[in-house]
Amino acid sequence: MDKFTTHTGVGVPLKRSNVDTDQIIPAVYLKRVTRTGFEDGLFAAWRNDPEFVLNNEVYAQGTVLVAGPDFGTGSSREHAVWALQNYGFRVVVSARFADIFRGNSGKAGLLAAQVDEEVVQKLWTILEDTPGAAITVDLESRTIRAGEGDDAIEESFQIDDYTRWRLLEGLDDIGITLGHADSIDAFEKTRPAFKPVTL
Amino acid sequence: MGKTLGRTLAEKVWDEHVVRSTAGEPDLLYIDLHLIHEVTSPQAFDGLRLAGRKVRRPDLTLATEDHNVPTLDWDKPIADPVSRTQVETLRRNAEEFGVRLHPLGDIDQGIVHVVGPQLGLTQPGMTIVCGDSHTSTHGAFGAIAFGIGTSEVEHVLATQTLTQAKPKTMAVTVNGSLPDGVTAKDLVLNLIAHTGTGGGQGYIVEYRGQAIEELSMEGRMTICNMSIEWGAKAGMIAPDQTTFDYIEGRKEAPKGAEWDAAVAHWKTLRTDDDATFDKEIVLDASVMTPFVTWGTNPGQGVPLGASVPSPSDFEDEQDKIACEKALGYMGLEAGTPMREVKVDTVFVGSCTNGRIEDLRLAADVIKGRKVADDTRLLVVPGSVRVRLQAEEEGLDVIFKEAGAEWRGAGCSMCLGMNPDTLTPGERSASTSNRNFEGRQGKGGRTHLVSIPVAAATAVRGTLSSPADLD
Repeated sequence: MDKFTTHTGVGVPLKRSNVDTDQIIPAVYLKRVTRTGFEDGLFAAWRNDPEFVLNNEVYAQGTVLVAGPDFGTGSSREHAVWALQNYGFRVVVSARFADIFRGNSGKAGLLAAQVDEEVVQKLWTILEDTPGAAITVDLESRTIRAGEGDDAIEESFQIDDYTRWRLLEGLDDIGITLGHADSIDAFEKTRPAFKPVTL
Repeated sequence: MGKTLGRTLAEKVWDEHVVRSTAGEPDLLYIDLHLIHEVTSPQAFDGLRLAGRKVRRPDLTLATEDHNVPTLDWDKPIADPVSRTQVETLRRNAEEFGVRLHPLGDIDQGIVHVVGPQLGLTQPGMTIVCGDSHTSTHGAFGAIAFGIGTSEVEHVLATQTLTQAKPKTMAVTVNGSLPDGVTAKDLVLNLIAHTGTGGGQGYIVEYRGQAIEELSMEGRMTICNMSIEWGAKAGMIAPDQTTFDYIEGRKEAPKGAEWDAAVAHWKTLRTDDDATFDKEIVLDASVMTPFVTWGTNPGQGVPLGASVPSPSDFEDEQDKIACEKALGYMGLEAGTPMREVKVDTVFVGSCTNGRIEDLRLAADVIKGRKVADDTRLLVVPGSVRVRLQAEEEGLDVIFKEAGAEWRGAGCSMCLGMNPDTLTPGERSASTSNRNFEGRQGKGGRTHLVSIPVAAATAVRGTLSSPADLD
């Protein structure tokens, strides 16, 4: 996984709550057996609407998605994270993320930055006043910066310490766990005999 | 030393699986059973191959084909080449890594969350994961069971563990008894409308109280299945005699002395009287009625006897906007009685309501009646064994004589990944778990309903309960 420290990119306002993973990528796009090529499925249904935000040229280079609360609810499909990444997004900002989506993001290297609802509103205002405005997300200091002059904001965001550390270092989770192989071996010796096996 | 506090069911099961615990880090949790299917596993196996890793415990792993398989002509090669490649990839991976697979055509094939319990592999006190959010279903047995993404699937394949922060605990206590004709599905839809889709976030939920204790295992699975629809990490129910009776004698259940040892342990898996939960919700089952959704998330529901709400009924600004968008998508007008909503397709099936008890309940309502002229009823058993059992009981004949389509096992129209989909604008009453935009097919409009409501709706052609028939 690539390290994530600070990212600056075009902010994209997605003014919807409960953006479920079926909206992020519908099931018909889940048939690929690779981790790439999912960008065409991203928000596939909504992209048919010419008014949809991603159809606006201004946001063509967007990398920071700013969405309403309860982002990523529903299915466990990590394809939702891959679709956002394949399309070019590095960060999603929301007031609330569904647990599985947040977990998948941390594993795959997409930053899920949780902020207070009023911060989302402030970011939407900045992006509406200045479409194409950049947002800076600093994982080191857990802050988001946007806007210029008197309208500039600097707000903190939440992410758990462990995920932050892994993203900053670009660490592979499996590698870390295999470092504890002795503990796993020892635990396995204590498992009761009545636990089922499949083979 | 402080006072020793009792522990909740979730805490007991969690503690039994901690391989390693260090301050400031998530726990390393051992996984007793890893279920896999064709959609969320190919990239995980690829990851293993790239790193030269093996599956650590193939004997704690089980694969089945369910999400992307046809429910017609399942004995022929899959017509869609991309779907065929995905299913064949699972078969190759299972072969290469030594994982047991129940493929299409096998007697134990079916929806992963129907197959686990049916084989007796799902047992109290276990940790169970799968690359599917409805893994919460298995919590009905007093297991900690939750859905994971593909990176975590790879992690479990390689290490048989997961790094997990310990969630908070919540009790949902449901007092009283459900009235006749009101099911576990109505109960959980009622609950989700009460909490919203994010209400359970960060919690392992324990469902308890008289109404829960009175449920069959099938009903308990329906409740736990939909825990994810209100954001919970997992849902669980303390094992009791109903649980033990369900498991005993199943193919993979413990036998002889091991059965006795297992049951003795399972009986300790109850929340201690002096344990405390981080949060508690109390509901009264006795006042519940059939419940249906009107919108595009599972929290947007009302009693069947109510009307489509209006944006002005909501105080919160986001809820108003969400209501307006949902009404637009669903093609509904505020104030329309739910019972007047005309339905094109009724779907009976899924990991929420695709077990034998569900099919019996649907057949009870359908028997001797006909599906409405311009309505189609699709009945999709949750597994091959459910299908065969239903056929042995003659349920298939009841459905077919009523004009329904009797299909092969799989996830089918629940997620519309196979050919079973709605067309744009088509409206369904569905016993599945999600009414998201386009969930059952692009432009499709879904109302989540219970089994009796689905069956009665198929007969009348508008959202109905069995009480509306005759």
